[in-house]
Amino acid sequence: MMTLQQMILLIPGIPLFAFLMLGLFSKKIPGNYAATAGTILMGVTTVLSCFVAFGYFTAFGKIDGIYQPMIPFLYHWLPLTDLLEINMGILLDPISALMLFVVSFISLMVHIYSMAYMKDESRIAVYYAFLSLFTFAMLGLVMASNIFQLYIFWELVGLSSFLLIGFYYQKPAAVRAAKKAFIVTRFADLGMLIGILIISYEGKSLDFISLIDHFTNSPQQISGTFLGIASLQWALALIFIGGAGKSALFPLHIWLPDAMEGPTPVSALIHAATMVVAGVFLIARLFPVYAIAAPVLLEGIGYVGALTALFAAIIACTQTDIKRILAYSTMSQIGYMILALGVAGYGAESGLGFTASLFHLFTHALFKALLFLCAGAIIHYVHSNEMRDMGGLKKLMPITHLCFLIGCLAIAGIPPFAGFFSKEEMLFAAYQHNRIIYFVSLFTAGLTAFYMFRLYFSIFWNKPFQQHHSHHGEGGPAMMLPLIVLGIGSVSAGFIPFGKWVSSDGRPLISHFHLSFSILPVLLSLAGIAIAAFYFFKKKETVETTVNAMGGLFRVAKGKFYIDEIYQFVTKKIIFNFIAKPAAWIDKNLIDGLVNAMGNSTVSLSNHIKGIQSGKIQMYAGIFLIGVIGLAILAIYYWN
Amino acid sequence: MTLEPGLYHLLTISTGLFFIGVYGFLTRKNLVTMLMSIELILNSVNLNFIAFNKYLWPHRLDGVFFTLFVIAIAAAEAAVAISIVINIYRNNRSINVEQTEEMKY
Amino acid sequence: MTGNQIIFYLLALLTLGSAVLAVSTRHIFRAAVFLLFALMGMAGLFFWMNYAFIAAVQIVVYVGGITVLIIFSIFLTQETGEKLPQQLWSRRFIAALASFCALAFTLTQIFQHTFNASKQTAIEVSVQQIGLQMLGTNQYGYALPFELISILLLAAMIGCIVIAIRLKPTS
Repeated sequence: MMTLQQMILLIPGIPLFAFLMLGLFSKKIPGNYAATAGTILMGVTTVLSCFVAFGYFTAFGKIDGIYQPMIPFLYHWLPLTDLLEINMGILLDPISALMLFVVSFISLMVHIYSMAYMKDESRIAVYYAFLSLFTFAMLGLVMASNIFQLYIFWELVGLSSFLLIGFYYQKPAAVRAAKKAFIVTRFADLGMLIGILIISYEGKSLDFISLIDHFTNSPQQISGTFLGIASLQWALALIFIGGAGKSALFPLHIWLPDAMEGPTPVSALIHAATMVVAGVFLIARLFPVYAIAAPVLLEGIGYVGALTALFAAIIACTQTDIKRILAYSTMSQIGYMILALGVAGYGAESGLGFTASLFHLFTHALFKALLFLCAGAIIHYVHSNEMRDMGGLKKLMPITHLCFLIGCLAIAGIPPFAGFFSKEEMLFAAYQHNRIIYFVSLFTAGLTAFYMFRLYFSIFWNKPFQQHHSHHGEGGPAMMLPLIVLGIGSVSAGFIPFGKWVSSDGRPLISHFHLSFSILPVLLSLAGIAIAAFYFFKKKETVETTVNAMGGLFRVAKGKFYIDEIYQFVTKKIIFNFIAKPAAWIDKNLIDGLVNAMGNSTVSLSNHIKGIQSGKIQMYAGIFLIGVIGLAILAIYYWN
Repeated sequence: MTLEPGLYHLLTISTGLFFIGVYGFLTRKNLVTMLMSIELILNSVNLNFIAFNKYLWPHRLDGVFFTLFVIAIAAAEAAVAISIVINIYRNNRSINVEQTEEMKY
Repeated sequence: MTGNQIIFYLLALLTLGSAVLAVSTRHIFRAAVFLLFALMGMAGLFFWMNYAFIAAVQIVVYVGGITVLIIFSIFLTQETGEKLPQQLWSRRFIAALASFCALAFTLTQIFQHTFNASKQTAIEVSVQQIGLQMLGTNQYGYALPFELISILLLAAMIGCIVIAIRLKPTS
């Protein structure tokens, strides 16, 4: 029987091993063996993760009725001062146990799914190596015991995301998307790094437990202010910017839709279920600090979340690419999680938003991975991402149809699917705390139902499907199994008594269901579905009239509110012209000129003196003799 | 300076021998004859060592050992130098020192 | 003049005269023979100083080894009948002047200097003494330089072979 420490080290260790093996021998291993090996290793990791997570929740995690953070493994790595040291450790608490389960489970599903989806790909071993690297990094991230370790894995996650988005490196669009994702998130991570430096200076530690302890228990003794705001607030805001970059919050969201150029299972794993919720995880990890030391900032974070949720939902209504719609819906749902964190407080009943946010993170991971994997199956079948190429697939892909419908119902918040429970909790938390955020999220809930069912109807209904696409079936058992498992999860996950396990202060939180409260959101969602159905089954003219009636708003939304163009303007016109060009001029003319002048003068000098090197031995010997005599005269008569 | 041969006489001989060797090294055109000049220079050093040992340091044998080592090194040097000369002759069909100036700048 | 003095001056004359001829004659084979005489004169001086072992080594290594080697290389690389090409007059003059000045300078220094002889009693320079000290590992033993010299000789031997070997063109 393994000890807890051995088990918990194996959890990130196995994917790392898989990455090294598959990466080193990617040319040697046949593709299907690599896929099988990667999947089996991932299965072992998942079993261990589930064991540890459930063990934590049910057996050893609770002391005196409160879930305690525990550190089963700690390696003292870089002691900088007595207090400040960078360690490599593993922190186990309700959040990391939850994330452990989510990451490894979704990763396993994607591994299984990819065996069928990627089987014709020649670089499948490399693909599995990258997946393993990502899983390793993400597991390391969620279990990190100090903030610097988290940052290391954070960057590693970004790297593997970059590698996987650019997996089809022959496609220029994929390369562009990978670069964009890396640069945007890297830019945000710069803020996070500065934030980490400030917070470690203020808190005299990098360790999560001592940081939280320092900022929540002792009275505020902040040493500095900048622009009239305490440095701790700056630090927390900068760390949030890092999280916002990774979680694609407005206005750092521009990389996520483009990231859909990667393989679809990757989108399901990284850009829907796990990596993009890293920002939520980060805020949740430092939640006591945010809630107690910076409540105003937390409120602002809530507004950012609400804005992102609404903004992404509006754009999603106008898009036609199936994966992009799902990407925008991911953004919207992450906005929900962030707004729920924003309306939460620390401890007891006011911590409802916290629980709701992580609950939604959990259910969203299940149903969004489900939706993406379904989309992958559809794209595999139709060979197109565009909605207008699809239609009438209901009969042709019955399992996918059912699973996709479950996913749509879950995300729309229709009882009794998983999304209903988490969304109701979030809405209730918002209702209690901040009415503006509540109404925004209520409206967004209706929009969500509308755009998801617009997608659903146009994929599966109407329009007899041209037969020439269907030269193969719906996809093998390797593709259907994850869909079914995730479908069952999406139906049943809502009944998990989540509040008992994950809460802001470790005490069980009993969430009450207010039936009267739930009526309004559900009705709105149903209305959204009805509108989608109405538009779909009516004549084309109705849609066009509505679009025309919306006029400018529709065009702006279809153009994604021109955020990309604004970035382009800022970078190309302002930064390039006013900073980069003068810098380039100085580099080319002053610095290069100086270096060239040094080089040229050396060349001309050596041209003048190279005649001395004549190759005549006797000349050398003669000069040597004269030199020796001269030195001897000097030594005897002059220096004596 | 007396007529009776002593340390100064021996040092004079060795100095003379040394500069005769230097003159030969500077003026000869043939690599083998230059090598002979070097042998003369080395020999003058030997004479110095022995003379010092005899007149200044008679209770020890250090000069003798140095002479023996110089002789050994001179033998090694002569062997290496001659193999180089033969190699140059093989490439150039000449051992004139002015033909070996390819290594300049 | 005693016999001792006569022998010394004759040996000095032999050594220096042969050396001058060895560096100045234009027949290369004669140069080698004059070198041989110079080395013999040197060996004679060693005898005169009662260093019989060194004189023997001088004759064996220089006269028997190096001079023969030089003569071999002359046979291999030179047509012995021809005269050597004459060096430029100016070059010879400059070299002679430089050498002479340096000689004069060095001799001046030597004669200005007073050497302090050790007052201890001389020891006999027998082959046994030399052998015992050369391989001794005590305070005045020369075992370590001896080993180093043997390594150097081995390296030189291998180096000669490597330099002089004629590689067959690889085709």
